[in-house]
Amino acid sequence: MASGVAAIRFSGVGQVFATGAGTLEALCGVETSIARHEFVAVLGPSGCGKSTLLRLVAGLLRPTRGAVEVFGLKVTEPRDDIGIVFQKPTLLPWANVEDNIVFPLRHKMGRVGAQDRERARALLAKVGLAGFEERLPAELSGGMQQRVGIGRALLMNPDILLMDEPFSALDALTREDMGFELLRIWEAQPKTVLFITHSISEAVLLADRVLVMSERPGRVIEDLAIEIDRPRGIDTSNEKMMHDYVGHLRSLLLKRAA
Amino acid sequence: MSDTSEASSSSAQREVELTWRLAARRALHAPGLLPATTFILLLLVWEASCRLFEIPTFVLPAPSRILGGFDSIAVTRWVDHVWATLRVALIGYIASIAIALPIAVLLARSEIMSRAIYPILVVVQSTPVVAVAPIIIVALGSGDLPRVVITCLITFFPLVVSTTTGLMATPPELIELSRSLRAPVIREITQIRFPYAVPYIFSALRISVTLAVIGAVVAEFVAAEKGIGYFIQFSTSMFQVQQAWAGLVVLVLLSLILFQIVTLAQRIWFPWSLPKERT
Repeated sequence: MASGVAAIRFSGVGQVFATGAGTLEALCGVETSIARHEFVAVLGPSGCGKSTLLRLVAGLLRPTRGAVEVFGLKVTEPRDDIGIVFQKPTLLPWANVEDNIVFPLRHKMGRVGAQDRERARALLAKVGLAGFEERLPAELSGGMQQRVGIGRALLMNPDILLMDEPFSALDALTREDMGFELLRIWEAQPKTVLFITHSISEAVLLADRVLVMSERPGRVIEDLAIEIDRPRGIDTSNEKMMHDYVGHLRSLLLKRAA
Repeated sequence: MSDTSEASSSSAQREVELTWRLAARRALHAPGLLPATTFILLLLVWEASCRLFEIPTFVLPAPSRILGGFDSIAVTRWVDHVWATLRVALIGYIASIAIALPIAVLLARSEIMSRAIYPILVVVQSTPVVAVAPIIIVALGSGDLPRVVITCLITFFPLVVSTTTGLMATPPELIELSRSLRAPVIREITQIRFPYAVPYIFSALRISVTLAVIGAVVAEFVAAEKGIGYFIQFSTSMFQVQQAWAGLVVLVLLSLILFQIVTLAQRIWFPWSLPKERT
């Protein structure tokens, strides 16, 4: 993590949206940086601008104040080395699983080669969906659909993976399972991950660092390093350290809410 | 009830009853059976009332008399009339689709365009086509062109509105994905927005195809020397009411067939766009 330049850096980032009823200040003075291959989770109350943070990194939004840098370069438009996983899988209902995975290529370049399909099938195996190439999204469970969503984000082999509450629509067991699956993929092929979530235990279980955001206008009020050994697995959930971290974060968030 | 043999015999009875009920329910759910039965019953009641109350033909001809109305002209003449109406309806329908889809893209893409064009579309739609038809015929002469224009006018509003709604119904995440890939806008439209609009487009296509038949008939009422609409008007002026009714039956069949073709096209080419079957 001493690789000099940060993967993502927010310096004095503020975001104001114009709405029908006036203006809405979503972010104010966000100041933090994320190292290459670091797994950072962002926690915070609803509407605190967590998703705005992610869209700024993706280049889908420009900050009203301050700057967002990716690998030392100011973000002015979307970059090729970033993959996004959304809260809902948002797959194309008319395309089978393989076509959904290669969709970013077909969409960007207009065509898909045999090699790309080869790579898509390898990705499918990686996210645990080998043999499901020909299925339509409607034939898959919610968890499997989100696996396709992750595969789609990994297609361009991005350095940075942005995840916007990716498992929040899943049932509790599937959610935990998907978390471990994500860790397995991340450990096999390290990437910088910015992971937005509502779940304290999910944040602690997955991340190297947890950023806690204040209510609107959002800023970083806690930057907590999670020093639990990797690889983490089912047993990690029972460790005392895990409980301490979760307890600390919960009391912090509850105190703010009160 | 306390006796076990009695309990078992009643359970066997219940089983038989259940099997019967299941069979009855399955028969009820056989596709088309229920509507066909209703339809045949209706025809029988209609026929019986006409005979029983001696209703004059010009008020309401019995189904058997309408059937006779089909014999009043030769089959080749029927084909001629049907083809005249069908041709205008189809050309108008296709032209309408060709105009409506680009306009829908324009409306969906640009807020300014939407605010500039939409009120005009509403005004056009609010104008009763039946009232404009004679004016259009005068302006454009008596060929196929004015009839096609009238058909276009009547079909294209539902197409525009529904397609626009469909183009806007795309999940915002996919548009973000498209933007994050910096893909050309044209691919955002062809690869994401249009496919997502397919269910909306098809519901409009189904409505519009029956409207197209109405448009063609309205045009024929005003000025024509061929077509089912013309045939109905000609028959009534000759007081051949059963003949007019036969024309009406042909029109209904024509609309139904066109409607089914559109439905079938969606089922064959876009099966994923159909609503989930109820189970």
